[in-house]
Amino acid sequence: MSNRRNVLGSGGTARHVAALLLLVALALTPGAAFADPKFPALTGRIVDEARILSADDRAQIESTLKELEGKSSDQIVVYTAPSLQGYEIEDFGYRLGRFWKIGQAGVNNGIVLIVAPNERKVRIEVGRGLEPIMTDAMSSLIVQNAILPGFRRGDFPGGIRAGVRDIKDVLLGDAEEVKKRARSIKPRSQDTGDIVPLIIFSVILIIFLYNFISQARQAQLAGTANPNDARRRRLGDGRAIVVPGSWGGSGGWSGGGGWSSGGSSGGGFSGGGGDFGGGGSSGSW
Amino acid sequence: MYGQKAILRTMMLVSLLMLAGCGVNNIPTFEQEAKAKWSEVMNQYKRRSDLIPNLVESVKGFADQEKSVLTQVTEARAKAASVQVPADIVTNPEAMKKFQEAQATLGGALRQLLVVSERYPDIKSGANFLALQNQLEGTENRISIARRDYIEAVRIYNTEITTIPGRWWRSFMYSGSKEMAAFDIPVEETKAPKVDFGTKKN
Repeated sequence: MSNRRNVLGSGGTARHVAALLLLVALALTPGAAFADPKFPALTGRIVDEARILSADDRAQIESTLKELEGKSSDQIVVYTAPSLQGYEIEDFGYRLGRFWKIGQAGVNNGIVLIVAPNERKVRIEVGRGLEPIMTDAMSSLIVQNAILPGFRRGDFPGGIRAGVRDIKDVLLGDAEEVKKRARSIKPRSQDTGDIVPLIIFSVILIIFLYNFISQARQAQLAGTANPNDARRRRLGDGRAIVVPGSWGGSGGWSGGGGWSSGGSSGGGFSGGGGDFGGGGSSGSW
Repeated sequence: MYGQKAILRTMMLVSLLMLAGCGVNNIPTFEQEAKAKWSEVMNQYKRRSDLIPNLVESVKGFADQEKSVLTQVTEARAKAASVQVPADIVTNPEAMKKFQEAQATLGGALRQLLVVSERYPDIKSGANFLALQNQLEGTENRISIARRDYIEAVRIYNTEITTIPGRWWRSFMYSGSKEMAAFDIPVEETKAPKVDFGTKKN
């Protein structure tokens, strides 16, 4: 719409139109050069797309991961990839972590263990908040000493189990640190952050518009005699409406502000909003 | 009198509302975002720079005959550190270019150091060196991600100030905002090296 308006306003030479179309086209292709790989849905703490884990293995690992999140709020997800889609595993890993938003928002305490049996690559992708605890060197030790020996024997479930066990031990190693992380989770409220002011504004807008229209109508009705009189009276009414109206709007919404962070309670699992910056370590066998 | 004031106030509120909905805040928001990404880039480059003395130290004792490589790394690090980073570097393509070149040189020297180190079993098997090598690889990975994030933030910001309605906002509210400079040297060149045992060069 704004596009058309400008074209008309500037006389609409063909060159101008072409330039605009180009800009619009650029704006409409978000990150063409930074295209993400196709990521699977986050169906649980274990996304076994490569089908290398039995139901028993999954149940066992899942309960370990759940217990860990209950203690420290750290979210760990195991992903077995049928293909890395031509990406380096380091490149694939942080994008996947960001896509799934593993870890709690603000704390960024997520880890994704990625196993790509076809590329023979494994990586521990560490969220920003855990980088000081699960350092690159520590991740590397776990990859080399816990995960890869199993993988070399063809024992994927064993390698993954050992890796998860060690990751958990490292994360729970410092009890004070664990408590601090668990405390620092706040209920997710960013989702409503944008909506609340919008609602308040809309309520104010509607009331003012209503006010404005009725003023105009009143003035019309009063017509000949003295329009200012009528307006003044309406203004008194209008104020009385506006103030409680805007407060009512915000009050109603603050109630909806608290979102539970999905993963820690109940059956469904979802990422908490964590960010990844490339921490961790990879290995191959 | 009062009536007119009320109408005026209404108009102001309505126009305020429209402003907020039309992306009047986009330019400063995207600008801050890009600047934050830039500081992350700087942060990671500094992290790499901080690793180097230890890395050099861990190689030194074992590979005296590879002094030239070590000197190269140390010199490249000193040079990268001495490059003036002006406050307006993000909108100053020339300063950005200089900064990039110095960092790329350092990256190249480091790659060579790692390749050379592979020839010495004593170095390779040293736990200290292994940990440092690991950290260096991790840092290189973080650098390339930080750079990518910065490039993306700059793309969004530059698109905003050159397209409508951002261009209009810029022309009458943020006339000081300039296009930011992205990196020209591709990310791939800063990636951790592939070790090649075959080549023998100094």
